[in-house]
Amino acid sequence: MKKILQGNIALCEGAIEGGLDAYYAYPITPQNEISAYFAEVLPKLDKIFLQVESEVAAINMVFGSALTGKRAMTTSSSPGISLMQEGISYLCACELPCVIVNVMRGGPGLGNISGSQQDYFQSTRGGGHGDYYTIVLAPFSVKEIYEFAKKSFLLAEKYRNPVLIIYDGYLGQMMEVFDTETQEGKLEIKLEKDIDKSWILDGAKNRPPRKIRSLLMAEGELEKFNLKLKEKYDIIKENEVRVEFYYVDDAEVCLVGYGMSARVCLEVVNNLREKAIKIGLIRPITLFPFPYKEIFEISKKVKKFLVVEMNLGQMLEDVRIATNGNAEIFFYGRAGGSLVSADEIINKIKEIIN
Amino acid sequence: MKATKFIKPKAIKELYHNYCPGCGHGIVHRLVAEVVDELNIRDKTIGIAPVGCAVFAYDYWNFDVSEAPHGRPPAVATGVKRVLPDRIVFTYQGDGDLAAIGTAEIIHAANRSENITVIFVNNTVYGMTSGQMAPTTILGQKTLTTPYGREIYKDGYPLKVCELLSVIEGTKYLARGAVTNPKNVALTKSYIKKAFVNQIENKGFSLVEILSMCPSGLHKSPVESIEWIENELVKYFPLGVIKDV
Repeated sequence: MKKILQGNIALCEGAIEGGLDAYYAYPITPQNEISAYFAEVLPKLDKIFLQVESEVAAINMVFGSALTGKRAMTTSSSPGISLMQEGISYLCACELPCVIVNVMRGGPGLGNISGSQQDYFQSTRGGGHGDYYTIVLAPFSVKEIYEFAKKSFLLAEKYRNPVLIIYDGYLGQMMEVFDTETQEGKLEIKLEKDIDKSWILDGAKNRPPRKIRSLLMAEGELEKFNLKLKEKYDIIKENEVRVEFYYVDDAEVCLVGYGMSARVCLEVVNNLREKAIKIGLIRPITLFPFPYKEIFEISKKVKKFLVVEMNLGQMLEDVRIATNGNAEIFFYGRAGGSLVSADEIINKIKEIIN
Repeated sequence: MKATKFIKPKAIKELYHNYCPGCGHGIVHRLVAEVVDELNIRDKTIGIAPVGCAVFAYDYWNFDVSEAPHGRPPAVATGVKRVLPDRIVFTYQGDGDLAAIGTAEIIHAANRSENITVIFVNNTVYGMTSGQMAPTTILGQKTLTTPYGREIYKDGYPLKVCELLSVIEGTKYLARGAVTNPKNVALTKSYIKKAFVNQIENKGFSLVEILSMCPSGLHKSPVESIEWIENELVKYFPLGVIKDV
């Protein structure tokens, strides 16, 4: 079915299609459409909607519903996501699958309510205390927001790990036409075996009692668990990298961008290719796992990279790691809720080429 | 005279616990387990353990138990109860967990009248971190961080949780017991039972505060701890049913 939807509403519809059971959240701009939509729709579907006292409570309610094996979600924007970091660390430590959405705004502090990509580090480096990662998805269209929201619960359950979907406030507010039936297939989840639910707490009926906890006090016990988590993250890195390439094979300069920045980059690439200027684009779709290997391969041929972000250079560091000295890395970014512009990217490319 | 046989509740595992000599947690754990047995709800009970000494409750109870971040058990319990409304969900929290770092969560769970049971163990100190001032430390009481005694102008007043929650319309049952002598233990058990029965009958938020001994944190012997609760603490935290609607 063809629909015209705002990014934030597409997220809601995708999550419901994906089997959402419970949603908990605290108001914050620029994502208030989400709770307004769920408040109206979820009760009619006999699902849980709760506006709660804080983001801290919201993430812990997600924890509570997730430990019963139900599909729970919360959404917020940057300052609210900061408040959730304790809970996210516990969710990862207790290996509870759930979906968390950050509709990013300008920071630090209260910042502003414009779209930004300033939470890249927080998203891709765990964000809270301890050695852990969330799986991070960065949609760049309303259609992708819908599809990723729909598939993310399965991805979370496959690895018993929270999935974080991040996009900026602009994408959340933008409307696009898309078809809910046709699958772009960018986030197909392959299951080698059925989802394991032998850990959930739902009352010890006809089975021994279970416990969920992250406190591991015996000598060596925590390190053993850390290594088990690392093994899981290594499998995720092996299996779940998603990245798109546009004209990279013969590119003289390769742009690297995700989310909203990638949209602007794609416009630039299409525009310059018409003028026979050899520009390519790498668009990481998963930010954890990051496409290090794929970018490394490209850096054997392409010798100039221009990283474009709506921050002052965060994914930039990952591109440096990925290219490992093979290429010259340039950066163009706008911060504080400012949007990157095609003209400014083109000017930067001209500087690089000349 | 008929002899009463002392039997371990099914809801307690066959384990030794790690609590200090004279600690009240063992008694409170057992009271919860006896109530769970008597109400025949062991196979549908989900407990939420706090951060603090009682985090290890998940090792001792013989039913499903999860930990929760410090102060957040009421939020975690909300998340469980909302999606599994026919299960019996309770939190077990200390004074630091419930009355300091978790005040927002407990007040709003009470205000939503979440149909959960809260077991609130008040021993007036942070036991696990070696005996700092708790929100319920009484005036003049010496702790690791109030070496000259708790002072009003520096530390404020001890927080009366039951009295505070009693003005919230969502609270349906509030009682304060103690585990200092057999009579108090029996009364406390009756409060705990009522707080679980309320949940079974879908009445809404019920909380039982329990004055309990922490000899290590109080720097008193087990016997002195009991005497101090009975002679001093109950003056500030009176025992009995505070609200039952």
